[in-house]
Amino acid sequence: MKNFTYYRPLSLEAAVALLDNRWGTTELLAGGTDLLDLQKEYIAQPDKVVSLTFIQDPVFTRIEVPQILPGTKPTVSIGAAVKIADIAEHAELKNLFPALTDAAAQVGGPQIRNMGTLGGNLCQRNRCWYFRDEHVLCLLKGGRRCFASDGENRYHAIFTKGHPCVIVHPSTLAPALIALGASVEVVGPSGKRTIELNKFFQAPTKPDQREHVLAPNEIVVRVLIPVEGLRNASYEVRHKQSYDWPLAQAAVAFRLSGGKATNVRIVLGHVAPIPHVATEAQKVVEGQTITRELAEQAGEAATVGAAPLSQNAYKVHLVKVAVKRALLLASGAQPDWAI
Amino acid sequence: MSETHPPPGKPGISRRQFLTGTGLGAAATTLLQTSEARTQASKVQAPKTVGFGPNAVACELVVNGARISVQIEPRVTLLDCLRHYMDITGPKRVCDRGTCGACTVLLDGRPIYACTMLALEAQGKKIETPESLYQDGQLHRVPAAFAQYDAQQCGFCTPGFVMAMKGCFDRNPNATPDEVEQCLAGNICRCGTYQQMRDALRSLCKKGG
Repeated sequence: MKNFTYYRPLSLEAAVALLDNRWGTTELLAGGTDLLDLQKEYIAQPDKVVSLTFIQDPVFTRIEVPQILPGTKPTVSIGAAVKIADIAEHAELKNLFPALTDAAAQVGGPQIRNMGTLGGNLCQRNRCWYFRDEHVLCLLKGGRRCFASDGENRYHAIFTKGHPCVIVHPSTLAPALIALGASVEVVGPSGKRTIELNKFFQAPTKPDQREHVLAPNEIVVRVLIPVEGLRNASYEVRHKQSYDWPLAQAAVAFRLSGGKATNVRIVLGHVAPIPHVATEAQKVVEGQTITRELAEQAGEAATVGAAPLSQNAYKVHLVKVAVKRALLLASGAQPDWAI
Repeated sequence: MSETHPPPGKPGISRRQFLTGTGLGAAATTLLQTSEARTQASKVQAPKTVGFGPNAVACELVVNGARISVQIEPRVTLLDCLRHYMDITGPKRVCDRGTCGACTVLLDGRPIYACTMLALEAQGKKIETPESLYQDGQLHRVPAAFAQYDAQQCGFCTPGFVMAMKGCFDRNPNATPDEVEQCLAGNICRCGTYQQMRDALRSLCKKGG
């Protein structure tokens, strides 16, 4: 690991003041589960590391669930520094947003969840093994080509949309939060701004881009989730029960009134460079009663536009399964698969 | 507070430099945890924060109840600080990538990977290593059960499994075998001693942790 100067600001403003306006020279340190790995592999070689661990601002460090009264439109606030374990175990969040807490409970292993934070989960770098290999100069490190597009790509994107870098976005919390209509509050040199989470991510193609749209001197403060009484669920298809990223994930949310699903949102994870909104699948479910057949049709529709690479056509089937099961879970159906 | 931060006058992140650097001198003895200091911090517009390193700085950690102070570069991980600077070699360095769990220690009671945290980030926190499990000639019941059921082979992963399991019982003395196994999901044993570990944890669950 290249050595660096370590900073320990006590407020978000002080942290922002330490950040450069270009990527690479300064890194933010929260849980460290991603940054330290990147530094050990010399993928990240910052001169300055700005620790967010000692900032005590409750907006940044706490989960706030307001009183939920009929006729009001409350918003849940989860600070960016909240540990993933604390999201997974939060009783009120479990009740309101099982899509989020189930996804959180499956992140990494117990130690990772005790260390990793919500903000870090949203801002983590991608897991492409070419990107993570110090000796490979891929597009994101200033090279001329993506080695995964025709190389070892079994864990890469199937919705590439002609994108030259075929990573999948690594966050499993992001699809759940997008389905729930969440937004992100960030702070930078000119103050705070709020970004809808479905506009927060971008597909990077060069070294001066990250997997999100933040400026290099901005920090995620918190995530805001409207309480809209939506049924919601997340389903991950995995190789292993723990310590792995899913192969495919579907997060769904919808309002159930009179047995019909409306305001349907279906978001796929681990199949595209950013969380992928399955608009065709949403259309299939909108206004309908969710049955096993309808959930299967939605799964089929979710694969519209899929263009698998040489090794990952299997993910097309996994998307169908994940969407079907997430819809059935959210509708309250008894699972007929092993969990 | 005073027990969790280096005393004034030492190089590195001393209380004196810390307060001066962050413009919080007026908050005096209370440092960052008090509401007074919090209010002060939020009022200060972009205060100048002093950096530490890249040369070695003083770092005091509270390990197994003892305050230990060393000089380390900021890049030193908690694991390397414990093993190489403090001679606390219970946590093992195996993958060094937050994957295998051999370096597991308890930080304020929660299992974490010591290899994936900077030592400076653990300042002010209570750190427990496997060394804490043998006191006054008495072996803690978790490693004792490992020994009784022969739940190790090469032994490299064992300290991590023991700490993860202890952390689990500390949080929930009535944990079921399934719950304990969930707590061990971040640890790997390449010798494959899982069955013996199951026997050990079942014996502990029967005794109510």
